[in-house]
Amino acid sequence: MTGPGLQAYLILAALVFAIGLFGILTRRNAIGILLGIELMLNAVNINLVAFARFHADLAGLVFTLFTIAITVIEVGVGLAIVIAVFRVRKTVDADHLTLLRG
Amino acid sequence: MAIAAALLTLGLPFAAFLLLALVPRLRRSGPPAGWVSIGAIGAAFLVAAAAWLAEAGGAGVWGWIPGAGGPLVTVGVLLDDLSRAMVLLVTLVSLLVQVYSLAYLHDEPRPALGRYYAYHALFAFSMLGLVLAPTFVQMFIFWELVGLCSYLLIGFWYDRPSAAQAAVKAFWVTRLGDVGFIIGIVWLWAAAGTFEFTALFAEAAAGQIPAAGLALTMVLIYLGAVGKSAQFPLHVWLPDAMEGPTPVSALIHAATMVTAGVFMVTRTMPLFALVPDVLTLIAWVGALTALLAATMACVEGDIKRVLAYSTISQLGYMMAAAGAGAAAAGFFHLGTHGVFKALLFLGAGAVIHAAGTNDVFRMGGLFRAMPQTGIVFLIGTLALAGVWPLAGFFSKEAVLAGVLHGQLTGPFVLLALTAFLTAFYMFRVVFIAFFGRPHDPHAHLHDPPRLMAGPLWVLAGLTVGLGLWFTVQPPAGEHGPGWLAPLSLGLAAAGIVLAWATYQARVVSADLLATLLAPLDVAARRRYGLDALYALLYRGAMLGCSRVIGWLDRYVVDGVVNMASAWSLRAGDLLRRIQTGVPQDYVYGVAFGVLVLLVWAQWGSR
Repeated sequence: MTGPGLQAYLILAALVFAIGLFGILTRRNAIGILLGIELMLNAVNINLVAFARFHADLAGLVFTLFTIAITVIEVGVGLAIVIAVFRVRKTVDADHLTLLRG
Repeated sequence: MAIAAALLTLGLPFAAFLLLALVPRLRRSGPPAGWVSIGAIGAAFLVAAAAWLAEAGGAGVWGWIPGAGGPLVTVGVLLDDLSRAMVLLVTLVSLLVQVYSLAYLHDEPRPALGRYYAYHALFAFSMLGLVLAPTFVQMFIFWELVGLCSYLLIGFWYDRPSAAQAAVKAFWVTRLGDVGFIIGIVWLWAAAGTFEFTALFAEAAAGQIPAAGLALTMVLIYLGAVGKSAQFPLHVWLPDAMEGPTPVSALIHAATMVTAGVFMVTRTMPLFALVPDVLTLIAWVGALTALLAATMACVEGDIKRVLAYSTISQLGYMMAAAGAGAAAAGFFHLGTHGVFKALLFLGAGAVIHAAGTNDVFRMGGLFRAMPQTGIVFLIGTLALAGVWPLAGFFSKEAVLAGVLHGQLTGPFVLLALTAFLTAFYMFRVVFIAFFGRPHDPHAHLHDPPRLMAGPLWVLAGLTVGLGLWFTVQPPAGEHGPGWLAPLSLGLAAAGIVLAWATYQARVVSADLLATLLAPLDVAARRRYGLDALYALLYRGAMLGCSRVIGWLDRYVVDGVVNMASAWSLRAGDLLRRIQTGVPQDYVYGVAFGVLVLLVWAQWGSR
């Protein structure tokens, strides 16, 4: 088998995950945070596909399909919430959405 | 046969009580409930009389609480000369009082009357169980049961605050003695290893009971009798117990329950005989009680309270005789006193029933209006004063002879003085209430109905009949020196003459007597300050203790709880602040946590 080894894929996934996490932590816009979450989920997908490929196990691919489907729904629900919040609060800045403060 | 008879006597009133307690329809019906109880006690009386005539004796004992090597506690019946006589007295007086009550309480609501008879049946059962008990434990259980019945019956009119208070007072004061009683029983068991009377007496006779600490043990047991038999200084409950219906006073607080203490001392005399010092104490306390109660009776205006003090006084006589070693004489006085004191109380009940008051100064001239009651009351009074040839004369003389024989000159003098006072205060009541000027000439006074008069005449007949019987056949036992009978008759006559001169002929002014004996008069009127002392003790010691305990509860026990809750609140308030509501902060937390876990996993694997 030619091409890069498993490690390369894992490093890529780790990088994507880290970028997503960084986005979540630094962005104050709710849509930006959602984008960060998407990146982190796709990093997981990369991991799953890579392991499925290198271990010749179809279960990883099936998992990935499920994750993609659920991610779509999650984005739909997440964006709907953001729009609903915007209608009420006239902002989507996370620093101002602190109703859950203890 | 004897055991069967004893069990039957015990079982009949109990069956009546169960029937009345468990069948509300019967209990609420009133008079029929009364007849059930009367029938049961009547049958028990017949059995007791048959056992008396047959001189049946024996003991039946069954194991109850098992222990290593045979039962630890046994129950059963012990029928001997002592319990046979006592059973006869208890069933007889119970029967007469229950019949009398039917007329006396006919104005009561029916459910109340049924309740009254349920209590009476329970009392008869308890008293018989006490009398027939072959062990200290059984005696104690029934001892408490009669205390309960006394409480229930004193508080029969529980809607009167004074009756409710008197019931509670009687219960607590006797309880004070009972604490000593049960401690004494257990200590005696620890020393002798058994609760059974016959075994204890055998050990006592063989000298197997260790002498160390026995005196204290017996004093504690005697304390039970002090409470129950209203000896100084625990006599304060008995005058207040007169708040109950008069028949109850006659049965429980004159003839039967209060004599339980005397009965117990008589029953356990072989044990008390081991500690002569305790016996001397009993004699002195008894004589002192007799005299103090007699002086208090002299200044009392309530006819029932006069009789109550007289009961305390006579119980003092019995105890003094027991303490002097003449327990048989004491028990003899117990029997005759039971008859004529029940007669006096029931007579007083008839008077109260007719006159509608307890105050002798609001009566007067009753003899003309109610001659039957007057005659029987006079018979009882003469018997109590110890006038020949009535029953009281013989038993009182036996007591005095016994005390004299026991070389107890001090108590003898006190008792002789009491004999004089007894005649005085009883005839004071008779002259004021029965012979004085009528207080209210228009009052509708009448002799009691037949159901009440019947028991009165039976008891009066017994008082006279017993006296005549003893005249023909002098009772066995100690006989005093030749001067004793003239002395006691002389003292009684002197008391009667003084009462006559003061309250009938009015030669001597009662006020003058009171002024001459001013300190005594005031002290007796204040009941020697004992009630006040107990009230003070209660307020000072009990309420003081309660206050300290209340403080501890409020500030120490509750304080710990309050502190724990305050600390949790404070900790929660501090922890609350980490919930900022900003999602990034949470994610920072998670990221930091993962970092820490990674580092830890790295170092942990090394």
